[in-house]
Amino acid sequence: MISYIFVVMIAISVIGSVILGTTAEVSGAVMDGAQSAVELIISICGMMCLWSGIMQVAKEAKLTQKLSKLFAPLLSRLFPDVSKDSKAFSLICMNVSANLLGLANAATPLGLQAMQELKAQSDTDVATDSMVNFVVLNTASIQLLPTTVAAMRDALGSRSPYDVIFCVWITSVLALFSGLTVSKLCCAFGRDKWSL
Amino acid sequence: MEFVMPCIIAFIVCYALIKKVPVFDAFVVGAKDCIKMIFTLAPTLIGLIVSVTMLKASGVLDLLTDLLSPVTDKIGFPSELLPMTLLRPVSGGGSTALLNQVLSDFGPDSFLGRCASVIAGSTETTFYAIAVYFGAVKIKKIRHTLFAALVADFTAAIIAVLTVNLFFQGRV
Repeated sequence: MISYIFVVMIAISVIGSVILGTTAEVSGAVMDGAQSAVELIISICGMMCLWSGIMQVAKEAKLTQKLSKLFAPLLSRLFPDVSKDSKAFSLICMNVSANLLGLANAATPLGLQAMQELKAQSDTDVATDSMVNFVVLNTASIQLLPTTVAAMRDALGSRSPYDVIFCVWITSVLALFSGLTVSKLCCAFGRDKWSL
Repeated sequence: MEFVMPCIIAFIVCYALIKKVPVFDAFVVGAKDCIKMIFTLAPTLIGLIVSVTMLKASGVLDLLTDLLSPVTDKIGFPSELLPMTLLRPVSGGGSTALLNQVLSDFGPDSFLGRCASVIAGSTETTFYAIAVYFGAVKIKKIRHTLFAALVADFTAAIIAVLTVNLFFQGRV
């Protein structure tokens, strides 16, 4: 998939530059692009590593577990067919907490384990309502601090990289809400019609 | 607002110390993991940023923007954000490269820069996440997952523009 994106972008730029007469700009872009890529990586490296380190501390202090206990009541309403005591439910809670803290490396394995538990419970080839909701929850990013984006803004000279934080919170929550609402509506309208 | 960061850091390290966690060792482990991840990601990012810079330089993105602006202007969505928004569910690296483009072209504190930042901060790579999560349990019938996830991405784009408008009116 990524090969297609990569090749298509390059091909379109070269062909387009011939048509639009921008061949000189594209030639310059090859070198400028490589340079700015490395500049970007170096400039966000510091912030990201700092944050990653702090979050590892949080993880070892079991803050993720504490956080997940907070979310249990809310999450049990989202996943009615998963019992609160089951391993699947606690994995779901941990995955959500890890995502919230921006611990993608911890969140993904937990999420995969949660999916396996959900599959074991249902034993069909079709995604259950809980599975659908869980994946939608994961694809809508809910993070307390959008560190990567902030690091990029800071690298390019933003006066206040985190000033968009309220916008991000509101947008994330509303996006998630819309995704889950659509999911509930699709479930209500019958399982057979929406196989994609 | 920025003071939240030092507070959070202080809270976490103090809490961890009280809980007898080897704070600095843990910090180093986390930071090292991040460096490894960045080194793994660097080639991808270099390749994608070069191709996006080329695409931008060729003028094709502007053409696409101009073509789609009659539609997006009607709903008040900036057409300059379309390439990134459309690529976001498909490719994380590609959309990061496009985010970088928007931020450097228009400035990180501009209206467009902020909108792009909010969109990027509120969404994930939908297709990839679906493939990984359902692939791991070998489920092929995902029912309405993709549809719901794309609705979430679409909503994020619209709400992002609305909230940035609301919060930053007159401070662009």
